[in-house]
Amino acid sequence: MRARIRTARKAMVLAAAASLGAGLLAGCADDGKDDGSDSSNGGGKGKTTITLGLFGTMGFKEAGLYSEYEKLNPNIKIAENVVERNENYYPALLNHLTTNSGLQDVQAVEVGNIAEIVNTQAAKLEDLSKVSGVNKSDWLDWKWQQATTKDNQTIALGTDVGPMAICYRTDMFKQAGLPTDPAEVAKLWAGDWAKLVAAGERYQGKAPKGTTFMDSPGGLLNAILSSEKEKFYDSSGKVIYKTNPAVKKAFDLTAEAAEKGLLGAQTQFQPAWDQTIANNKFAAMACPPWMLGYIKGKSKPDAKGKWNVAVAPQSGNWGGSFLAVPKNGKNVEEAKKLVAWLTAPEQQAKLFKVQGSFPSAQAAYDMPEVTGAVNDMTGDAPIGKIFSEAAKQIPLQPIGPKDQIIQQGLTDNGVILVTKGKSAEEAWKTATKTIDNNLDQ
Amino acid sequence: MATRHDTAAPPAKEGGAAPGRPPADAVPEQERRRRARLSRRWQRDVRWSPYAFVSPFFLLFVAFGLFPLVYTGWASLHQVELTAPTDMNWVGLRNYTRIFDDDFFWNAAKNTLTIGIISTVPQLLMAMGIAHILNYKLRASTFYRVAMLAPYATSIAAASLVFVLLFGRDYGMINWALDFVGVDPVDWQGDKWPSQIAVSSIIIWRWTGYNALIYLAAMQAIPQDLYESAALDGANRWQQFFHVTLPSLRPTILFTVVVSTIGASQVFGEPLLFDANKGASGGAEHQFQTLGLYLYEQGWVNQHLGRASAIAWTMFLILIVIGIVNYVISRRLRASS
Repeated sequence: MRARIRTARKAMVLAAAASLGAGLLAGCADDGKDDGSDSSNGGGKGKTTITLGLFGTMGFKEAGLYSEYEKLNPNIKIAENVVERNENYYPALLNHLTTNSGLQDVQAVEVGNIAEIVNTQAAKLEDLSKVSGVNKSDWLDWKWQQATTKDNQTIALGTDVGPMAICYRTDMFKQAGLPTDPAEVAKLWAGDWAKLVAAGERYQGKAPKGTTFMDSPGGLLNAILSSEKEKFYDSSGKVIYKTNPAVKKAFDLTAEAAEKGLLGAQTQFQPAWDQTIANNKFAAMACPPWMLGYIKGKSKPDAKGKWNVAVAPQSGNWGGSFLAVPKNGKNVEEAKKLVAWLTAPEQQAKLFKVQGSFPSAQAAYDMPEVTGAVNDMTGDAPIGKIFSEAAKQIPLQPIGPKDQIIQQGLTDNGVILVTKGKSAEEAWKTATKTIDNNLDQ
Repeated sequence: MATRHDTAAPPAKEGGAAPGRPPADAVPEQERRRRARLSRRWQRDVRWSPYAFVSPFFLLFVAFGLFPLVYTGWASLHQVELTAPTDMNWVGLRNYTRIFDDDFFWNAAKNTLTIGIISTVPQLLMAMGIAHILNYKLRASTFYRVAMLAPYATSIAAASLVFVLLFGRDYGMINWALDFVGVDPVDWQGDKWPSQIAVSSIIIWRWTGYNALIYLAAMQAIPQDLYESAALDGANRWQQFFHVTLPSLRPTILFTVVVSTIGASQVFGEPLLFDANKGASGGAEHQFQTLGLYLYEQGWVNQHLGRASAIAWTMFLILIVIGIVNYVISRRLRASS
């Protein structure tokens, strides 16, 4: 009797396990089939759902672009899947690409990662240059090239860019006896970063108490480096950061400014740095358009309208994203069409108006959304014009797969030390030692 | 299935209406066989079922413990990047040999040791003191006991972020308080010892209550008559503590030391979140980079899977050595008591 019960139970467990397993398998299989039949013709009631994998708020939804596209294409539904931070999003994306699973129809890529994606994952992504409606000439040339492989496959289309200018506090400049009109301010340092540092010395001479000229060593170093023709890699993909005189020059100039006390001893995007914005502790910073939004978020209300924007000594880029279509996605053809539409100049201009993401399509720079743009932190300064001028002059700088690691080493293990009393030479040594160890495979 | 066949066989005999009794020797024979079979099955059951019951853990262990262990061991012998984990280049023991002259590794090892010491020692001493106080008859003692555990229940991330604000150089509350007593501001993140002390303070804050409760539990298990007779002999509170409480707690102290040592060698979350650079470099000059952090930096920031695996295995070996040392010491102690 005992035995019989046991066998019966065993059989039941087995059956349960088997059916569960079968159910799971069937579940997986179902998924594939449903989507497959949906996407192929889009006929009947079934709409094709295109999924986007994004990081942070990229603003497509907020700017109403999805609903507009759905209206234009009644058989399409768009769903986005947002991971808040790129440092969480990107490793997962790499993982999905290398294992060829779990991919969305469209995947966003941050500019800091685009070189690594182009170099290591191009085979898994669609070439978007031949999609109808995509015109290479619409984009800034350097932006287009960043997502293009050596054999001329463009595996992602640019959404926004971050052309840098110098944002400054008119009230503090005035107190220190510097000009306040953007054109005259720009003349102070036109064409040469060393002149910017010289202007900083002038500022520091009569500065309001407890303030520095600029916010942080990292901010200045980043601005100088991104305006160079070559930074850490040469065009053949070789690491040249230690031998490139431009890098050493930028490092030394930043260290010099730090030694002279022109830079706050801060690391950008840290709480203490945020507080220096709120407490008006510095007078100028290198800033792309999106930084104005950040400044606004951290400032007290009385800072409104006190900022202005002047052209930087040389133009550089900071930030921006791309959209790519994985070959293994479920709706590749529809996804390509969507990406082409989302990154078209008209849509980039709309995105700028709502979200402040600066267009990477130069074709958008003459549109009223850009030419007429103003910002309440900077009063009625024509920021659209200044930033589009800057964007056009940004050099085509080769970015390498480990740019971020090198730059972080130079900043956080390098120039920051000068603000803590180390010599420029010691700081350079610590930085290069850290970077070399991090690059060594 | 054989079993089903066996049990299904008898019905004709048992259910049969024939009045004639079966041959006398046949029944015992069959019965004996049946019993023997049952007994064999019983023995098999007793013998193998426990394994079936514990198997879920071991299956999971194989999948999530053993396989990663073996895989990282294999990866540590290769040059392999996280961007292409299938693309492995055999390099033999190079990832291990290079650790010998890897300044960053030894710096991290040293930091792990110093942070371990300045966090574990005060932590256990304080836990002991607190447990001793809580062991007195107190009003609302449950409240204090629960309150002791509150830091332990807080997530490291939340706690560390608060501590980062407290220890800020320019706007931190601690420097503000130091300023009141006339002490110059300390760069809690930038300087070596202040940063290690700050990181240790997060660890101490989190784990002191936890250890105190363990000590308290052990103290309450000490028979009351020991104290009574000590009191009769004229021992005061302190003497009672040193001569009754401490000796009785010896096994518990050993346990907490072992657990804390293991915990200290794996310190990760606190220094990671305390890092102003938001990377895993443990400060501008790696002044509070622990081994766990260095492993993470190599594997997940720099994406050198092979190097990270070698570091993981080296850490594993170091832990084994620490374990053996602990074992030897505790055996000595037990023998001496």
